[in-house]
Amino acid sequence: MLTQYATIGILFLGAIAFGSIAMILSRLLQPHRPYSQKMETYECGMVTRGTAWVQFKNSYFLYAMVFLIFDIETIFLYPWAVKFQSLGLFAIIEMFIFLTILIIGFWYAWKEGALEWQ
Amino acid sequence: MDLQVIAFWIIAFVTLGSALAVVYLTNIVHSALALIMTFLGIASLYLTLHADFLAAVQVLVYAGAVSILIVFGIMLITRGEGRMCETNTFGKYKYTAFVVIAALFGVISYFIIITPWQVTNGIVAEENMGTIGEVLFNNFVIPFELAAILLTVAMIGAIVIAREVKNLK
Repeated sequence: MLTQYATIGILFLGAIAFGSIAMILSRLLQPHRPYSQKMETYECGMVTRGTAWVQFKNSYFLYAMVFLIFDIETIFLYPWAVKFQSLGLFAIIEMFIFLTILIIGFWYAWKEGALEWQ
Repeated sequence: MDLQVIAFWIIAFVTLGSALAVVYLTNIVHSALALIMTFLGIASLYLTLHADFLAAVQVLVYAGAVSILIVFGIMLITRGEGRMCETNTFGKYKYTAFVVIAALFGVISYFIIITPWQVTNGIVAEENMGTIGEVLFNNFVIPFELAAILLTVAMIGAIVIAREVKNLK
């Protein structure tokens, strides 16, 4: 079982190597002649205003709450999906009830305008 | 050394390194990113212990949900007069923090040392996801459905509180 996950680890190491080798090579090969216009932040050709480090709008908050609930729901879906075929009809009904209860909460969130942008 | 030991040392190195980065980086957003890396490192430690369900829960709950909450905590609270680059400076409480952490380390180490750890001779289950599924959907039906009600109540509660705050503004 561990060797199956080892392939994910190798993929991860490969991804790190791909990114870092490209950056190091470009750093070594590039000519280095900076001037002030060249060092400016590129933003579609417009002159940039203010800093990039700002706090984003807290309208995302309710989206995050809905995400949290369905994130936790996924934990219960995972073992159900693994044993789906051997568990039979009863487990399907159980999961149906489980999802229905959660969708009531989702419907309430929708009704209260939690998913509307302000 | 076999593959598992090598994997453990790499993962332990990455996990501890990113845990140190959480404390030492001065930009709190970078600290949050390093914290997510620590959570993922712990998830891969669970994988090396053949606890694949626990690893999935670690990724979903900690790297997913808890990190979202931490990012919102950062975004809703202004620190360092809006300069995000100097938001994780704890210079004032350095020595207090050292005493508290040293005490915590001592207590945890003491209990690890005095606990008589039992080594089982039994074989560790190769695959525990299916077993958890079978137990959850056959023996613990009512707690499983109660979890759905708990989650719905939590979501509705959060929306009611958020709406009240919006009305106050």
